[in-house]
Amino acid sequence: MTRDAALLLPSTEPVTLIDPDGNPVHVGQDMPDPQALVHAYAALISARRFNDQANALVRQGRLAVYPSSHGQEACQVACVQVLDPGDWLFPTYRDSAAIVARGVDPVQALTLLRGDWHSGYDPLTTRVAPQATPLATHLLHAVGVAHAARLRGEPTVVMAVCGDGATSEGDFHEALNFAAVFRTPVVFFIQNNEYAISVPLARQTAAPSLAHKGIGYGVPGARVDGNDVAALLSVLGAAVDRARAGEGPQLVEAHTYRVQPHTNADDPGRYRSADEVTPWLARDPITRVETYLRGRGLLDDEKIAGYGVSAEKLAENMRAGLGEDTVADYRDLFAHVYAEPTPQLREQQALVADELSREEAR
Amino acid sequence: MAAEKLTMANALNRALRDAMRADDTVLMFGEDVGPLGGVFRITDGLTAEFGEQRCFDTPLAESGILGMAIGMAMNGMRPVVEMQFDAFAYPAFEQLVSHAAKMRNRTRGRVGVPLVIRVPYAGGIGGVEHHCDSSEAYYAHTPGLHVVAPSDPADAYGLLRRAIESPDPVIFLEPKKLYFSRSEADLTLPVPPIGKAVVRRPGTDATLIAYGPAVPVALEAAEAAAQEGRSLQVVDLRSIVPFDDETVCAAVRSTGRAVVVAEAAGFASVSSEVVARVTERCFHSLHAPIRRVTGFDIPYPPPKLEHVHLPSVDRILDTVDDLQWEDA
Ligand SMILES: Cc1ncc(C[n+]2csc(CCOP(=O)(O)OP(=O)(O)O)c2C)c(N)n1
Ligand SMILES: [Mg+2]
Repeated sequence: MTRDAALLLPSTEPVTLIDPDGNPVHVGQDMPDPQALVHAYAALISARRFNDQANALVRQGRLAVYPSSHGQEACQVACVQVLDPGDWLFPTYRDSAAIVARGVDPVQALTLLRGDWHSGYDPLTTRVAPQATPLATHLLHAVGVAHAARLRGEPTVVMAVCGDGATSEGDFHEALNFAAVFRTPVVFFIQNNEYAISVPLARQTAAPSLAHKGIGYGVPGARVDGNDVAALLSVLGAAVDRARAGEGPQLVEAHTYRVQPHTNADDPGRYRSADEVTPWLARDPITRVETYLRGRGLLDDEKIAGYGVSAEKLAENMRAGLGEDTVADYRDLFAHVYAEPTPQLREQQALVADELSREEAR
Repeated sequence: MAAEKLTMANALNRALRDAMRADDTVLMFGEDVGPLGGVFRITDGLTAEFGEQRCFDTPLAESGILGMAIGMAMNGMRPVVEMQFDAFAYPAFEQLVSHAAKMRNRTRGRVGVPLVIRVPYAGGIGGVEHHCDSSEAYYAHTPGLHVVAPSDPADAYGLLRRAIESPDPVIFLEPKKLYFSRSEADLTLPVPPIGKAVVRRPGTDATLIAYGPAVPVALEAAEAAAQEGRSLQVVDLRSIVPFDDETVCAAVRSTGRAVVVAEAAGFASVSSEVVARVTERCFHSLHAPIRRVTGFDIPYPPPKLEHVHLPSVDRILDTVDDLQWEDA
């Protein structure tokens, strides 16, 4: 691990490999191979469809709330695509699309936001931690999982995701420091979408960039264009490789933008102008890789239509799975507080059972 | 008289505005409380009226928010801070317990920290995990903190004004599910100091003791009981710390039976404290043990199951029926 400050510093500009018009940009960073890019493209189409469908399900009252990653899909799919099956993902509430890209069933991924239970999938089999709402708290768990993996001799890398706002929390700093001191294989991935609800980045930090925060802990930082899936695959892939090779934790900041409200309950008109959003729409993560791949004969109408069909299938599954009225079972409330319910919990469950049976008898 | 119909959110906003007009050391800060006006709009318009110096957004860090507030209170200011949701106040626990609560004591009374921590709290709003906690017991168990919880707009206004004037830190618990219910209030009426309970509904057969979000449920239960010919008195604690033994005990002595209603888990809770205190003081006036209707001893449920957890009118009435009535 380097203690040379210069080597820990991020680049002055975020790394871009494909510009917003779909042209390759020549920097010292490798372009991912064509298959990887086509795979990412397909995942982007599905992630966008997932976001659109989840937004629609909120409007229909099928989800309690949805924090959309519309416009951030390149971050969502790239941070998953660079992982091995045995690696872990530590997502936030914003990262449902990443969770689905990881292979988690979309209905299970949305259980939390539907209101049936807190976490709908099995973290141990999917290697996806429960989505963290308390900001930055999960980053330390990520360090712990990675440290345990090292002690157990497993080749695991942990991808720990957070937002720009979350970098202000104490836990973010403790996680970087612990990871660096114990040299744990964690990639801290910040999706800097410029806002924490209504609060712009300028209110979070006076640092030159969020990636610069690594240097104080001895963690190398990198900055990447968060709407360029090629650059993300390249930068995140390299970070994962270094972490796996024993070089310790890595910090990657993706520069992107939250084009939609924080959640459906938010009203961005109160704190930012539509003019601010418009230029970001032109930097959409899907169009630029599409143009690039088409220009190289790696993508055509037929292939695109095919990916559209798979994405539509995903949306159909979401509508089918989340359109049903489910009955949540009250016994679950008491079953999972401890490995064994306490006598008091048994009593309380019996009280509810009695109430319900009397209600039925009425 | 200036009675008007307004929501608790309106009343809280007015209290902040009036306090900031009356005293320019009063400041408001936290997450999204500036231009957005808070996720519940409680601070709506304050930055516009008082400027960025007096109502502002901070970096996203609750420990930072409270720690800085403590320092500002040590140097002549009266900060009011917002914790965006109950469960998001936990990162500030260290600052709260080790510093806000203890500063006066550690300095033999030389340094007080007059600050208010506003916490949108409790459930009943269909919120996903970490948005519906009833954390009052942690606060009430910490000597040095006042803890209050209004149940209607008039009290929200009055208690917040009193909290801001307090020489000591006040945890101000705002029941989220009551933010937007409207009722008649006269904000010009004098408000008693923090520490006074109030009888919300007279009654002769038994006393329901509640605070915050449980008060409207208790009142509804009393109304339903009246239909069935039973007269229930309802006491609203308003202030958990200090606790108004006098009003509560007088009420319970007058009926001889009591049920405490609270949304928080019952084990080692504010409701346990109420039962213990009242039993110690009123044992010889009681015809039956004091009972409780509380949330279960579980993490707050997901939206689809919260109705099972929350104290309901039926559960309150069932419990009242159990109070060893002679005619039963
Ligand atoms: C400890 C904590 N404090 C406050 C909140 C409330 N909250 C939820 S999301 C959010 C903004 C987070 O912004 P950022 O980290 O940039 O992520 P983004 O939502 O932009 O993806 C806030 C303040 C929270 N969830 N946890
Ligand atoms: Mg953000």
